[in-house]
Amino acid sequence: MGHNEAQEALVQFHNVTFSLPSATIISDLNLTVERGETLVLLGESGCGKTTTLKLVNRLLTPTSGEVVVEGKATTVWDPIELRRRIGYVIQEGGLFPHFTIARNVALVPALSGWDDARTRERVREMLNLVGLDPNRFAERYPRELSGGQRQRVGVARALAADPPLLLLDEPFGALDPLTRASLQREFADLAARLGKTAILVTHDVREALILARRIGLMHKGQLLLLETPERFRASDHPQARAYLETLNVNGDAA
Amino acid sequence: MSFWHFLQTNWPELLLLVRQHVVLVFVAILIAVLIGVPAGILLTRYRRLRGPVLGIANVMQTIPSLALFGFLIPLPFIGGIGTGTALVALVVYSLLPIIRNTVTGILNVDPNVREAAVAMGMTGSQVLRQVELPLAMGVIVTGIRVATVIAVGVTTIAAAVGAGGLGVYIFRGLRQYDNNLLLAGAVSWALLALAADGLLGLVERQFSVDAKHSASASFVHKLAVAAAVILVIGGSVMWLGRSQPASTNRVAIGSKDFTESALLAEIAAQMLEARGVSVERRFELGGNLPHEALVAGTLDLYPEYTGTSFTAILHHAPVTDPRAVYAEVKQEYAEKFKVEVSQPLGFENTFAILVRGDDARRRNLKTISDAAPHTSQWRAGFGQDFMSRADGYPGFSKAYGLKFAEVREMDLSLTYIALSSRQVDLIAGNSTEGRIATLDLFQLADDRHYFPPYEAVYLVREDSLTRVPGLQEVLAKLANAISTDEMRRLNYEIDGKKRDPKEVVREWLKGKGF
Repeated sequence: MGHNEAQEALVQFHNVTFSLPSATIISDLNLTVERGETLVLLGESGCGKTTTLKLVNRLLTPTSGEVVVEGKATTVWDPIELRRRIGYVIQEGGLFPHFTIARNVALVPALSGWDDARTRERVREMLNLVGLDPNRFAERYPRELSGGQRQRVGVARALAADPPLLLLDEPFGALDPLTRASLQREFADLAARLGKTAILVTHDVREALILARRIGLMHKGQLLLLETPERFRASDHPQARAYLETLNVNGDAA
Repeated sequence: MSFWHFLQTNWPELLLLVRQHVVLVFVAILIAVLIGVPAGILLTRYRRLRGPVLGIANVMQTIPSLALFGFLIPLPFIGGIGTGTALVALVVYSLLPIIRNTVTGILNVDPNVREAAVAMGMTGSQVLRQVELPLAMGVIVTGIRVATVIAVGVTTIAAAVGAGGLGVYIFRGLRQYDNNLLLAGAVSWALLALAADGLLGLVERQFSVDAKHSASASFVHKLAVAAAVILVIGGSVMWLGRSQPASTNRVAIGSKDFTESALLAEIAAQMLEARGVSVERRFELGGNLPHEALVAGTLDLYPEYTGTSFTAILHHAPVTDPRAVYAEVKQEYAEKFKVEVSQPLGFENTFAILVRGDDARRRNLKTISDAAPHTSQWRAGFGQDFMSRADGYPGFSKAYGLKFAEVREMDLSLTYIALSSRQVDLIAGNSTEGRIATLDLFQLADDRHYFPPYEAVYLVREDSLTRVPGLQEVLAKLANAISTDEMRRLNYEIDGKKRDPKEVVREWLKGKGF
């Protein structure tokens, strides 16, 4: 796939290293995320995939190298402005327990100063989009919802201000297998329909294969492999094989 | 007098004390919240400050309240006696739970929620105001609730520095062994504590995230309602409790925390009032507070005993010659404190070593030396004052070679009852105590002349003598005006018959023709 970087690259990592006093979490990472694609970072706990995500919306800043979002290094962006252009979904949704569902979804529009009528309309639209009836759910509180419903609200909140980029950190990790499967399918449809760029982090290879246009395999702070799902399945890289074998153990023909 | 009757006749005073109590607690908590919550927020931002600041707040809370009041008295601006000092102490005690709960509340906010807030593009102050504070509010209100209940309790001690409140009844009740006073003070206090706890419990439930949101008012709305309720209650209480404008012709009279001292102070107060001076009564101050306050200028005069000044204030070894003690005290007070010592009032209030009348008769005890062979089987009960001072228990037991089976330190006013009810067998009371006769107690003679003389006098600031008209005349009239028998009788009118001290004094002044 040939690409024109200035036009097509939404996020670029240039020789990014991130270290803590005690350890190096990411070393010399180079990565380009193209507009409209869903890139899945796959890896075990502690491989640096969540850190990679946090470097994009400047919850963290690189120790060396730079992360460029929409042509501008994150350190040059006003962090507040940058984050309001990036939707963020985490496990369990990270919803505010003292806000109603409507207020949770309306968070970024409210912070950005949208007027009430427009915000209300947008909340209804978003809840419908993620398959929740606004009339039933808008005025409820997060604890009154199931895990899957909360996760849908998390996605609705991330999409509310129509950001060009979504970051998702194991968004479906805490759900039961059936709910997870249906949410994964719906998310894949949604991302394709809205043409959003998304970076999703997971340790579940099946999820990666379902959702990704490209899979980035991470291990000990390094990107080992960056391939389409088809070529990932065919890869003979030992780490990739190890993941693929878990599918066979589960009786999945892959 | 039945409790019901007591309430009927004393409810205006009781209401005044309740009001003082509530105002003290309310203002102290308000100040503590205004300091404690921002301080707590700061501590969540600067982790390194957390240990030291919480440590200091922790230590401050462990200082016994009476000791804290003692430290505060001599300090400029925040010290002295009265409401200011009480407020400072109350704020000090209230800070810890408020700071600690603010820190805990904010740190306990789910890190996922905080991370989501930051990642959504909230600024630091938006995260604090919209996420951290609302979610921490239940815990913070719990801290305020704990602080309030503590403050309601500590305010009782504030009576010892003349700040008023229900402690006045409790201290007075203990001293006079008056159950009505104790009951009125303690019951009102308990009701106050329960009411404060209950009210803040309601506020707390409002803020709890887990509560049912039937009417889901916004955070700001709830905060406004809570603030309004608190302001209305506090405001109306303060309006009711507003103080009278200060008169230019004014004198502040103090007393120690026992009946006789308050009575002598009341005598001076009424005589000055009869001469058109407006009197501020700062009675029933504990420990050395009256002395400190006199030197600091917050009091103009208070009644004292020469022996106490000689040993406890001037730190001299006890001397037995009354004239020598008086002359030395008069000279040193003038030099050191610019304080004038009045002519003696005519009686001594020395330590009286007391046993039960039946014991004295049965064993034929007349003097302390007579009792010495028996004391190894006796339990003794002494007040804190007697236990600690140089001329008290340590010197006394040595002078007579006394050994007791057990020595109990207890409140002085309780020792009389303890003796007559056979809880103890020997006590050190006051020679002018009215209950010596009524409880059939016997005073053993001080045959070795151990105890120094304790002549009653007034201590007056020199500048007050020139400033307050009629003060010299009043002191001159009171010289040698009260005999020991008269003093015992007056004490008994109050402690024994539970009469109103003001009335007893009025009657006595009339009889004297003052």
